[in-house]
Amino acid sequence: MQTLGIILDHYSYVITIFLMMSGLYIVAARGNMVKKLVGLSIFQTSVYLLYIEPAKILGGTAPILDPAFSVYSNPLPHVLILTAIVVGVATLALGLALAVRINEAYGTIEEDEIFERDRET
Amino acid sequence: MSLDLILRVGTKLVLPFILLFALYVQFHGDYGPGGGFQAGVIVASVIILLSITFGLDAAHRIAPQPLVERMIPLGVLIYAGTGVAGLILGKNYLDYSVLSHDAVHGHELGVFLVEAGVLVTVAGTMTALFYAFAERGR
Amino acid sequence: MLLTLLAVVTMAIVRQRSLFGVAILAGIYSFVMASVLIVLDAVDVAMTEASVGAGVSTVLLLATLHLINSTETRPIRRNLLALFFSVGTGAILVWGTLILPPFGTPDAAIHKHVAPRYIADSVKETGIPNVVTSILADYRGYDTLGETTVIFTAGIGVLLLLHRARRRGRAVDEAEDRG
Repeated sequence: MQTLGIILDHYSYVITIFLMMSGLYIVAARGNMVKKLVGLSIFQTSVYLLYIEPAKILGGTAPILDPAFSVYSNPLPHVLILTAIVVGVATLALGLALAVRINEAYGTIEEDEIFERDRET
Repeated sequence: MSLDLILRVGTKLVLPFILLFALYVQFHGDYGPGGGFQAGVIVASVIILLSITFGLDAAHRIAPQPLVERMIPLGVLIYAGTGVAGLILGKNYLDYSVLSHDAVHGHELGVFLVEAGVLVTVAGTMTALFYAFAERGR
Repeated sequence: MLLTLLAVVTMAIVRQRSLFGVAILAGIYSFVMASVLIVLDAVDVAMTEASVGAGVSTVLLLATLHLINSTETRPIRRNLLALFFSVGTGAILVWGTLILPPFGTPDAAIHKHVAPRYIADSVKETGIPNVVTSILADYRGYDTLGETTVIFTAGIGVLLLLHRARRRGRAVDEAEDRG
């Protein structure tokens, strides 16, 4: 019964880690570069969750000050993650641009085909 | 392109309101959720929606590419310039309290300028990214 | 709970082979993520995630798929090494979370340090009730300046990589000169 309680208390962390590991698995196991980039961004969003989850206080409210409320979530992780999201899309775009250029140079974005092409030359 | 009449009229109807919402998000960011990052992305999405329905040339007429590309460094300059203004007026870099007659007002002004810089950079970058990918496809 | 839905969408992304499907699923994933963030009281972050993750990322992914081949050509093969590695790392991390304070407790270490000061003094010092904005642009102005510069740099990088250069001829000449 106590173990069940611990698992419920940490359920959100477990899901976060599951997302993180799915991202890692996609990056490691798939050869397609666009798929790898999607995997990377899944990993990234799981890190957002990892930051935001501890900031929540049960019974608290969003950190916009108002005389009607006294308990607020911790605003600091929100700031860090807010900027990280926008930077994340900028770097995703950079990765996609690289994939497009690689596709133009090699005619494929599958990793092993590119390695084969390199070995031939 | 001539068949999607509903799409075109609908887009025309919706676009000004999206732009208005972006401005609301930008200037109401002090009191509700929002700010330069979100508003910048919403402004960029206006241009993206426009170029999806009316074609890239229509979007280029409204937001010409040189302008968009200049917005990227301009925003960073506004941000850094706000910091330098604090430096010139005798305080630390990015200390806003000297920008106006009293400290609180100065902070409000500083935050406003900085958010404007963020808006300009983010909107410019996102639009430029979309243009870059879309032009490659033609 | 919404988090479970998030996990289900992730499984679908892992199994999906059509990259078009992956792009759409990534958009769905972002929207579910934004809902989760609203539940977690992070309204500013949720707004950013909904507009950036579900909007701009999806558009960029689709634009890329327009330029390249949009299905994974290689058959999915079970990559046991990667699976083992991921599951192992995940198990270690789950074991690590057991010492974290339970979800939502107000007396965790994270709520003790600087956050109370920001919440208490934001209106007095900056006149801004939204604490996220005041930290973003004021208390941590340097941070945000850095982030803006990163966006600037990434934008310049993409433009360099993808621009149909007006001066491409000259660049090729220079490359040949060096070669």
